[in-house]
Amino acid sequence: MNALLRGRAHVYGDNIDTDRIIPGKYTKTLDAQALAEHVLEDLDPDFRRRVQQGDFVVAGDNFGCGSSREQAPIALQTAGVAAVVARYFARIFFRNAINIGLPVLEIPDHDIADGDELEVDLSSGRVHNRTTGKTYEARPLPDVMLRILQSGGLVNHLRIHKTF
Amino acid sequence: MGGMTIAEKILFQKTGRRVQPGDIVIAPVDGLMATDTTAPGALRAFEKMGGQRVWAPEKCALVIDHAAPAPNERIANLHRLMRDFAHQQGIRLFEIGEGICHQVMVEQGYVRPGYLFIGADSHTPTYGALNAFACGVGATDLAAVMLTGKIWLKTPATLRIRCRGRLRADATPKDLILYLTGKVGISGATYMSVEFEGEVFEAMSLAGRLCVANMTAEMGAKTGFVHPRGLQLPYPFEAVEPDATAQYAKTIEVDVGELPPQVAAPESPDNVHPIDRYAGTPVHYGFIGTCGNGRLEDLHVAARILRGKRLPQGVRLVIAPASRSVLLEAMLDGTAHALVEAGATLITPGCGPCVGSHEGIPADGETVISAANRNFRGRMGNPRAKIFLASPATVAASVLAGCIAPPPPEAVP
Ligand code: SF4
Repeated sequence: MNALLRGRAHVYGDNIDTDRIIPGKYTKTLDAQALAEHVLEDLDPDFRRRVQQGDFVVAGDNFGCGSSREQAPIALQTAGVAAVVARYFARIFFRNAINIGLPVLEIPDHDIADGDELEVDLSSGRVHNRTTGKTYEARPLPDVMLRILQSGGLVNHLRIHKTF
Repeated sequence: MGGMTIAEKILFQKTGRRVQPGDIVIAPVDGLMATDTTAPGALRAFEKMGGQRVWAPEKCALVIDHAAPAPNERIANLHRLMRDFAHQQGIRLFEIGEGICHQVMVEQGYVRPGYLFIGADSHTPTYGALNAFACGVGATDLAAVMLTGKIWLKTPATLRIRCRGRLRADATPKDLILYLTGKVGISGATYMSVEFEGEVFEAMSLAGRLCVANMTAEMGAKTGFVHPRGLQLPYPFEAVEPDATAQYAKTIEVDVGELPPQVAAPESPDNVHPIDRYAGTPVHYGFIGTCGNGRLEDLHVAARILRGKRLPQGVRLVIAPASRSVLLEAMLDGTAHALVEAGATLITPGCGPCVGSHEGIPADGETVISAANRNFRGRMGNPRAKIFLASPATVAASVLAGCIAPPPPEAVP
């Protein structure tokens, strides 16, 4: 896990559901690249073209609500998204993201704007907005999630440690 | 220390530890389930974890329901992956046409009162109707449970919803849960357990209870319970009731006696209004089915409205029974005949067009009236279609009228 990330924020609103992250009609595949092709397409058809490796998706309340599809964080990660910041997340999305090694940061009071340059320190959970100079603290993760993320996801974690 | 909610009590029974909301527990589970949307990823993660044998084959089930029968070769190959794995591991695989995971798990007794059950599907809290702590996860989490027989969980705080009164003649459990979803909001119970109580639930059928618990997923809940008072199951069981001194994060009190039929308008299941607000909106396509409302009594209500009538030109109705046994019953008692004669199209028991995989994608600009539980943009496969959610009774009345219309009160039992 690379502890210091730098990239640009792509900002969206509240209640971005998993059907908007990756529509259900595309989810029946094990090909992560095929998922990335359609990431956020109904919400922002341009996202796929604009996103750069290492960018961040930033949202308001309840990001990732709806289905249990792990294809949602996989699509974001494969498209190049390095981490997702939201005021808070829907619970299955939150677990799924950590499980596949996509960092998620809950910052209840952020006011990050589209295009802001962010620096995310995963070890401290601190997010520095290089555009505005503001710094935010993410809610700390439970220990078990931190351990999973540090192993690079739940697959690696269980392969190495055999337990949680 | 106060008493326990149902969620706290089940975690206590599983772990032997008194838990408070926020406590992390690692608990042994009583069963798990994955579908053709989630199982392929779970099986791959299981192998990558170094998994050889699943922890308890008899407690695992795989269900081919989301895109069944396979609409293309890619999905056919994912189904084969599931069949091969089930065969190698000695796991029960429910084939195409056996039904929707959440109906099959209940019918086949995979979930029982007091269980801690993990499903790789977001509507797993449906089993709260059976007094089970049931929680949806994604593919990798499920693989970990398959490997270890355990899951880590944060103990949820509980939202209590107390309902006063009984439902009007034209209102069904779906109208009630739509109304409550509108009240709580799509994130109003995020990370929480929900407990429903009140006399309206005591007299409710199992199908109605399942429909109610099903939509706790639309409140963002981790799990949800219909109070077990009055619950009837075809086997003896010991119900887990909340203590009188249980601590709730919040209690909402609601009068339900005057509740009219409800609809959730596009594009969110919490965008709920009394049906009058949208009555007269032209509809092109009705859908009855899903883990919310594809059960026998739902088909009965639809048949009561449609028997002897014909769908008007330009309106279609697709019906996906929740399981093979629902279909068989509907065939035996004449329900299926009445529906098909009225012009409905019966499709394979399973998820059908609910999630836009196949079997009835709406066209651009069309309006769907659906007995499903989600109406997010693009949910049924086309982001340019509009989806209204309603009870099966309202769906049947609406397709017959060609526009959103309330059901005749005498049609609802
Ligand atoms: S019927 Fe719809 S909501 Fe239920 S499990 Fe299937 S796809 Fe999901």
